[in-house]
Amino acid sequence: MVGRELISLDYAKVALESEAVLEVKNLSLSFRTHGGIVQAVRHISFDLQKGETLAIVGESGSGKSVTTKAIMGILPGNASIDTGEILYGGLNLVQLKEAEYHKIRGKRIGLIFQDPLSALNPLMRIGDQITEVLYLALKMPSRQAKERALELMTAVGIPDAEQRFYQYPFQFSGGMRQRIVIAIAIASDPEILICDEPTTALDVTVQARILELINNIKRERNLSVIFITHDLGVVANMADRVAVMYAGKIVEIGTSEDIFLTPEHPYTWALLGSIPDLDSPKERLLSIPGTPPNMIYPPVGDAFALRNPYAMKIDAVAEPPMFQVSPTHYAATWRLHPKAPPTQMPEVLQARISRMKAGA
Amino acid sequence: MEMPDNKSTAEVSHPRRQLLEVDDLAMHFSSGWGQRKIVVKAVDGISFVINEAETFGLVGESGCGKTTCGRAIVRLYDPTAGRVSFMGREISGPMNGELRSYITDNIAMVFQDPVESLNPRMTVEEIISEGLRVRGFTNKEEVRTKVLDMLDKVGLNEEHATRYPHEFSGGQRQRIGIARAIVVQPKLIIADEPVSALDVSIQAQVINLLNDLKRDMGLTIMFIAHDLSVVKYFSDRIGVMYYGKLVEIARSEDLYLNPVHPYTRSLLSAIPRPNPLSERARVRYAYDPNRDHDYSNHRPQMWELEKDHFVLLSEPEYQRYISAR
Repeated sequence: MVGRELISLDYAKVALESEAVLEVKNLSLSFRTHGGIVQAVRHISFDLQKGETLAIVGESGSGKSVTTKAIMGILPGNASIDTGEILYGGLNLVQLKEAEYHKIRGKRIGLIFQDPLSALNPLMRIGDQITEVLYLALKMPSRQAKERALELMTAVGIPDAEQRFYQYPFQFSGGMRQRIVIAIAIASDPEILICDEPTTALDVTVQARILELINNIKRERNLSVIFITHDLGVVANMADRVAVMYAGKIVEIGTSEDIFLTPEHPYTWALLGSIPDLDSPKERLLSIPGTPPNMIYPPVGDAFALRNPYAMKIDAVAEPPMFQVSPTHYAATWRLHPKAPPTQMPEVLQARISRMKAGA
Repeated sequence: MEMPDNKSTAEVSHPRRQLLEVDDLAMHFSSGWGQRKIVVKAVDGISFVINEAETFGLVGESGCGKTTCGRAIVRLYDPTAGRVSFMGREISGPMNGELRSYITDNIAMVFQDPVESLNPRMTVEEIISEGLRVRGFTNKEEVRTKVLDMLDKVGLNEEHATRYPHEFSGGQRQRIGIARAIVVQPKLIIADEPVSALDVSIQAQVINLLNDLKRDMGLTIMFIAHDLSVVKYFSDRIGVMYYGKLVEIARSEDLYLNPVHPYTRSLLSAIPRPNPLSERARVRYAYDPNRDHDYSNHRPQMWELEKDHFVLLSEPEYQRYISAR
């Protein structure tokens, strides 16, 4: 491993030449609950480059959805942003007032939710829901808005748009509803599209079509996409870069190749090894013992140490900083420290990665 | 590719005994009356067998009838037509108390939702021992020993016995559901999407647990799921369902390496794989029954193309396949 060095702050900035459209710096946020204060996100930093897809993966409760809600300014009332800033277009979104947010949310940054049924108004015709954005965001006159809405519906692959325009959400299938949600999200021509588990509720063949659609739209409009998911297969399909979250922290961030072919963090190893591989013989799956920590009492040191067979003494004492593996690849694990004893990734995963390389 | 496991290779060489035989099973649901009557053919004439000590996977998209099929077998629904036999005895006939206990003694279910399938007002011990009490186990010591033994088998311990379901995480609840199913020593377990509500790392724990139990206890499992990669990993043979019909049944390796039905091919091509190198280059195949089949003159039927590999094809399609081979 060359170029291994300690970087000062707990955040990774990618040395690419393109410009960052969004920067999250040292963001921490917490929720007040009856049980105590839940530290959902702890000092995370990342940036989103123009035209790239950044996937954030993690298990439920790892803080990935909350992060995007913070970016959109739609955190629930019991949440508070404790530290950090979110920089977009010269503004710090954390300090923005609600009225100012209206100029950004849904206009410059579009959002696609997991459940397309609850994201649509059941009492409103599909066409009206799309044109609503055009009236509000772009102040478009109604005839022009309708034309534009029909264009959008065709663009997201809805047949008979003219007729579908007057129908209600319940008359659409799950995949078609998600297409409508995508049409609404891109109606105002946003610069950034945030997709929060957009295909989790859909069947696998429908999922394939929706992913293809998002990829096409991204390419045509040069969108920057933040893609939240727990499905590593989807990540491999969509992402240029991947951030792996665990217990409210980014534990590893790098390009798709970095994360899938040369993963460094034991949690990433475990995640990759725990999904059955279609090409594989029936090897035993790597399972992670135990459950994620309770974030009311975040563990001292490395949050993953308790479930990590590779944990060292220091993991129980001090939190690992981000170590640089390559110019694009960072991981927060003490095993990258120059003084750490050498550790090997599990054999199951090594075998899988060599199969990947051979098969491609 | 066989498992590097003596037991399963030994089973392959022996002639296998059929445990469950499903013959032309149909389950229709109807609503409304007269002209407004709507009949949904959730399961529309499917046939398969499950051999002893094997795992049979049933895979398909939501609404294809896979769950209904499992439920009709254990008689949570009364099948509209067809015959189900378990170890040679018909279990789809008229219901009576004796048949009901025959079915529940031999077939147990594990459900998808580990929250809703456990009674929130019962402790784990009560949940697991309920099946034993119903079967006339009165000796409290014996019941307790069995419960603790089960907890140990599924990776929980004694202190969990007195707790309530809400105190457990999703993966642990699913372990409780599995312990409840296996405590009565059934011959067949019907697991209906047992891992789809769980996170990936927890999913792997539960799949490994089911695999261990299957090996140690010689269980036969019918595994119902929508995720083909999990089903393929876990099953010996797989049936693919599409709109109430089984379109292909094959050994899992055959199904993966040589899928014949266009729907199976589209399903396989749609699964995103955790490999960025191949993902970017992949070609998806979309299935459209109206375009891919012409059934106007020839009704499709099941053909055995190779040993253990059945596909639903019409006669011209079959001829085309044979000549192309």
